[in-house]
Amino acid sequence: MTASLLPQRRTRVLTKRPSGREGFKINWWLTALMLVASLTVLLPLYFTVAMALKSPDQIGTGTGLAWPNPMNWENFAAAYVATNFPRAFMSTAFVTVFSVLGSLACSSLVAYAIARNWNHRFFRGSFVYLLSAMFIPFPVIILPLIKQTALLGLDNPAGVVFLHVLGGISFNALLYIAFVRSIPAELEESARMDGATTWQVFRKVIFPLLAPMNATVGIFAFLGSWNDFLLPQMMIADPALQTLPVVQMLFQGEFNTNYSLAFASYLMAMAPTLVVYILAQRWVLSGVMRGAVK
Amino acid sequence: MTTTSTVAKVGPSPERPAETNVRRSPRRIDPTYYWMVVPVLALFAFFITLPALVGVFFSLTNYAGYGEWTFIGFANYVNIFKDPAILQSYIFTFVFALTTTVVVNIVALAIALGLNAKIKWRTGIRTVFFIPMVLSALVVSFVFNYLFSNTLPVLAERFGVTPLATSILANESLAWLAIVLVTVWQAAPGATIIYLAGLQSVPAEVYDAADLDGAGSFRQFLSLTLPLILGYLVINVILGFKGFLGTYEIIVGLTGGGPGMATQSVAMRIFSGFTGGDYSYQMANAVIYFLITLLISVIQLRLIQRRGVSL
Repeated sequence: MTASLLPQRRTRVLTKRPSGREGFKINWWLTALMLVASLTVLLPLYFTVAMALKSPDQIGTGTGLAWPNPMNWENFAAAYVATNFPRAFMSTAFVTVFSVLGSLACSSLVAYAIARNWNHRFFRGSFVYLLSAMFIPFPVIILPLIKQTALLGLDNPAGVVFLHVLGGISFNALLYIAFVRSIPAELEESARMDGATTWQVFRKVIFPLLAPMNATVGIFAFLGSWNDFLLPQMMIADPALQTLPVVQMLFQGEFNTNYSLAFASYLMAMAPTLVVYILAQRWVLSGVMRGAVK
Repeated sequence: MTTTSTVAKVGPSPERPAETNVRRSPRRIDPTYYWMVVPVLALFAFFITLPALVGVFFSLTNYAGYGEWTFIGFANYVNIFKDPAILQSYIFTFVFALTTTVVVNIVALAIALGLNAKIKWRTGIRTVFFIPMVLSALVVSFVFNYLFSNTLPVLAERFGVTPLATSILANESLAWLAIVLVTVWQAAPGATIIYLAGLQSVPAEVYDAADLDGAGSFRQFLSLTLPLILGYLVINVILGFKGFLGTYEIIVGLTGGGPGMATQSVAMRIFSGFTGGDYSYQMANAVIYFLITLLISVIQLRLIQRRGVSL
């Protein structure tokens, strides 16, 4: 059921559609309309790049839309120092890497155990219990949660990892369970005949078969934790350990008017996910699609 | 494990049908399965359920976030209904969420229809439209903040559009529209993906038949496409509405809740309990907020069950 969607669509576009409707004709009016509409996305991005390359003088009182001449690359170096970029980057990378790994490991294990023991009350009950998180918005638990994590010494990126993994587990487990059910039990049986334990079956047989879902869960976890603002801002007590999005608050002070520095920093904060997305575009979209169809 | 499978086969007496054997499960469950679930359940209970219960508990006290406290029953709840600032935040949040849901769905459906049609450079255009999905909402809001407060007024002045010559973020009755706009920019791709999935589930033969009957493309959209993707629309509307009720980052990046308290969302109010000394009061607010989202979730489940859409 969850076979990659993009190829599926491509075949349909190539075979079925043209036979019926207006043949192979491309709708140029619609293409033009879509191109114009895509400017709503591209313009703000162009604007960010243009601003990041301006000196404060070039920004002046203009609209900020003009392309700077000459370009000021030193803004990036200044922003790099002002936000202590390497440290914020490492902190964000730490949260993201462990959130992704944790989400993959915990959700797939839980989903496997639940799906294979669906007839047992305990596992069915656990499933319903985990789903309850979908009905509890973060604002509801955040105040006691922060007190609790501070008490435990988890007011740091590690604490954020815990919350990212546990907060996403209901959605991720839901994705995995449907997928595990579609894996025929015979595949496991033969491994068990050869004397594999449940752990080995999971590691050697099931987890590799989950690859498409791993991609989907991994992408959601990556985007969710890299861009998260709420939890790091609220939970991480030490400003030196703050993540990239939160660090951007630095430029929002009353007295800050150094916009070239701010935009250079915004661009550096946006770049990692943007680059990953553009490089792995097809792969990311098919992964996200799989989550949407579920 | 080999042992469990043999037990399952040998265990039940021959006259018992195989089916009840599975359901009643006389076989022992491999303890490994418990090891896979129990630690996660324990962490989940500790980090998600416990804070929720603690929150409900403190909403019945006068705890300020520090120092001593006593039980005051439902006094916090009673006071919330008499608090104009809280009511204002609920009104703002609901109007905002409703408006944004409508706009996001119109925009997303339009984009999905465009991407699903026969256009040139489909992959490239699609790539561009989904970019907002991968960007941090906060950073995006900072960029738009400058556009609204500097670029737009300069342009408006140049073209003589005086109402826009001052920043709309500083305008008490217009600032919320800026928040709607940026939220739509950020949230439309997610909804578009769900609509694309819906549009691709419509078999092409349906359109071939409509073509034969001579239905125009608008007619086809109204009488064919829309009814066939109604389930996806329901999902988008409800998921969207629930998400927009909790809006926070984009407001922080654009107005910070201002001007005055005009754009303060419920979530922002609740978070203020952390520093504002009205911890228990905001916890009561959080419980009310939870009940509202729970009600919406129940409606969601009902609608989805009736439509037969799985999510």
